[in-house]
Amino acid sequence: MNIAKESIAGTLESNDLLVKVSPSLDASLEVHVISEVMYQFGAQIEATVHDELDRLGVKSGVVIIEDKGALDCTIRARVEAAILRSSGAEIDWSRLS
Amino acid sequence: MTKKLRRSMLFLPGANAAMLSTAFVFRPDSIMFDLEDAVSLREKDTARLLVFHTLRLPMYSDIEKVVRINPLSTPFGQADLEAAVRGGADVIRLPKTDCAEDVHELEAAVEAIERSCGRSVGSTQLMAAIESASGVVNAVAIAKASPRLIGIALAGFDYVMDMQTERGDGTELFYARCAVLHAARAAGIDAFDVVYGNVNDDEGFLKEVDLIKRLGFNGKSLINPRQIELLHRAYAPTEEDVDHAHRVIAAAEDAERRGLGVIALNGKMIDAPVIAHAERVLQRAAASGVSV
Repeated sequence: MNIAKESIAGTLESNDLLVKVSPSLDASLEVHVISEVMYQFGAQIEATVHDELDRLGVKSGVVIIEDKGALDCTIRARVEAAILRSSGAEIDWSRLS
Repeated sequence: MTKKLRRSMLFLPGANAAMLSTAFVFRPDSIMFDLEDAVSLREKDTARLLVFHTLRLPMYSDIEKVVRINPLSTPFGQADLEAAVRGGADVIRLPKTDCAEDVHELEAAVEAIERSCGRSVGSTQLMAAIESASGVVNAVAIAKASPRLIGIALAGFDYVMDMQTERGDGTELFYARCAVLHAARAAGIDAFDVVYGNVNDDEGFLKEVDLIKRLGFNGKSLINPRQIELLHRAYAPTEEDVDHAHRVIAAAEDAERRGLGVIALNGKMIDAPVIAHAERVLQRAAASGVSV
């Protein structure tokens, strides 16, 4: 799945996160995480985002996460939504199940 | 096997990450993740994904999980159903059910997804929300439309709009409540009452709960966690009810041992419906924390 255009998903409310994605200029994949719980969970949040990007087959793009203490399941949902909005693709449910 | 107790069904907006992440602490009998009216058109896609992942949270594993999908006639219904069935929802709530064919259509769509994702066919249960005059008139056919149905619910707002009236003291819902309730009982499934919208009016809420409990509803849809405890307390049997239920069960067990058919307790006949009622009283008592 490709990040074809800028797109966002989520909110900046507690227990949520805002995911912004945009195409990469040099075909690299960059993930930037800002979190209120960076010290305790920053590495875990980043790992979850990378895992989700792998699952969706995203090879390049810029992904910026502003986390407000979201659970793992919320992170996965918001990343998927942002990528799907960006790519314009339909969900392949068998890939998520 | 003990029948599932469904006094409280708490609505949660599917797009609200904070509520989805924390609502399990309120311990309603069922939680209903809403993908329909509580979600704006532009957030339908993200709400669907949030609910799909939330359904798998271990914290919700011991609470019945219901998902209200958009009608299958909308561009959102089929995708909602994919998310709900694949995510592991226990029950799919179909809104705006007007006839038995609506349930048949849902049943076929659910079965196709179950086969596709390897979920056991028949493991996804259904409930139908009746929200129109047509739905009320067809309530019996709807209630009997599928063995997957665990209940039917009356949805008050759309119904009173369809009837060209508005919510008042309950008179406007009287026929619909009775029709839905009778249909549910004739089909052997549960019946759920409408939401009570004014969350600051505990007195009005409890008055309505008293009415629907006496009519025979299993429970009520709720929009605020504060209403759960009020509802559960109102549905809790008294200690006298519990004591009597124990004596009924003991008398029935004694009769069984002695091979007697019809028995009496304090001069009143004890038969199967009385025993079933006593068992329901003890189940509600246990769930409400009343000493049994």
